[in-house]
Amino acid sequence: MNKIFALAGIVIKELYRRKDFYVLFVLTALLTITAGAVNFFHDDKIVVYVKDICLLLIWVSALVIAIVTTARQIPAEIEARTIFPLLAKPVSRGQLIAGKFLGCWLATGVALLVFYFFFAIIAGSREHIWPVAVYLQAAWLQWCLLAIVIAMVLLGSICFTAPSSTSTITFIVVAGILFLGSHLKIIALQQPEPMQTILTVTYFLMPHLEWYDLRDFVVYNLGGVPLLALVLVTLYAAVWTGIFLLLTWLGFRRKSLNT
Amino acid sequence: MKTSPFLALAALLALAFTLATGLVSRADNWSGRAKSNNLFGMMFGDGRKLFANQFFVMADVYFHSGYYPSIFDQNAASEKEIISASHGRKESEEDEKKEDFLGQPKDWIDAFGRNFRITQHTHLENGKEREVLPWLRLAADLDPQKIETYTVGAYFLREHLNRPGQAEAFLREGLRNNPDNCEILLELGRVYHESDHDLNRARNVWELGLKKYAALGKDAQKDNQIVCDSLLVQLAYLEDEAGNYGRAIERFRAAQEFSPNPQALQEQIDAEQKKLAALIPIAPQKPY
Repeated sequence: MNKIFALAGIVIKELYRRKDFYVLFVLTALLTITAGAVNFFHDDKIVVYVKDICLLLIWVSALVIAIVTTARQIPAEIEARTIFPLLAKPVSRGQLIAGKFLGCWLATGVALLVFYFFFAIIAGSREHIWPVAVYLQAAWLQWCLLAIVIAMVLLGSICFTAPSSTSTITFIVVAGILFLGSHLKIIALQQPEPMQTILTVTYFLMPHLEWYDLRDFVVYNLGGVPLLALVLVTLYAAVWTGIFLLLTWLGFRRKSLNT
Repeated sequence: MKTSPFLALAALLALAFTLATGLVSRADNWSGRAKSNNLFGMMFGDGRKLFANQFFVMADVYFHSGYYPSIFDQNAASEKEIISASHGRKESEEDEKKEDFLGQPKDWIDAFGRNFRITQHTHLENGKEREVLPWLRLAADLDPQKIETYTVGAYFLREHLNRPGQAEAFLREGLRNNPDNCEILLELGRVYHESDHDLNRARNVWELGLKKYAALGKDAQKDNQIVCDSLLVQLAYLEDEAGNYGRAIERFRAAQEFSPNPQALQEQIDAEQKKLAALIPIAPQKPY
């Protein structure tokens, strides 16, 4: 376990040494503050659109950080040949994957904390209410989603040759699930066979990432989700993360590391 | 010959300045974009109108606190509720049922997923209607010819936020962009009538609206029949308020031609006639 934490520590250090997070945070802050500074009909109590824009930027930034950071982990180690001394420590391939996953997940968790802290300050300064429980639920579910996404990217990074292709494909898949996930059944029912069966099977088999999006609850101050649902959806994320990590390990176990 | 780089720089700057003085007046005529008086016009040209409808939809989404059908749901194309609200239509129980676009859960995934999405049909109230305004403002900037943006925005400013001055300013902006539009004049008259209680100004604006309607082509008149009906009915109520019952009857009769429910207007005419009859003095009887 210590080896996994040591590997995770290296990944976290890498994140704060690189400029990705800072650039995205400054961009998010700048756009949110600019949006908040616009005066519509001389009304300074208008706040929902600022929260909406800020949360959208947080979602996009968190996804970019998670996907881009994870996609380069294993290919960069192979490319620089640092993977050989690493595996000679001795660290098993399974521990390497677990360490990389944990590092990326914790690093995005830290980034999310900073983003949500900024969001809470902006929203609280305009609304003068602090629904901390809802913010925590939203941040937690987003972090759970990022666990699935990171595990998915790790699997992609051992399947595809370049980090850029892994990132692009994962972005498309995640965006597709987020936009179409809950509607896929409706779309399937309108299709002729065999498309109907294919889409229905996909609907039941894919990870339902759209469940982890609580932005509307936060934006419109509608309270949180029931605790039981929260626990179940966390378990669901753990299962899907496990599936992707297991598949990554199975693929990486037999992968040739010579470039 | 060796030239100093500073000299070359100075020469290039002088050349750029000279060219600029000559080109500025010509460049103005190259594109209409630079002349646009708003940022969106300058950035997107006429393409900005494509986004205007989306922003108008966003206002409706906010009005429902996120409970809104997607393009995949059945009643995605139904009339926006912010428009029907601005026309003063109240929701019936049947309308509420129709707007339950989610229906029964289709499977366990759908049922469980509803824990994480908004499933209650609500409307913004108690001053929170202000949240729709940014999208209406942006929609107006993107497509200044979209009439609903002005009428709906003015309705919320006047009726829910008690800001008739801003409602008037927004409608005046709409009128500057669409000088011949009778729908904007109808809403502007409402501001004068209901908020300012200025009957003369309201009458003038609505009568101007009728003139604008009369000047429309046949097809446009057909599309705007409901506006003409509203203008005439509003004028009739205004005359009733002013005590001109005869004039009110004339307006109601004229409105019957355009109204989808002329029988209801006939009842109004009967009521006005009773008021008129009560006004006619009874001739004094001769003393015996």
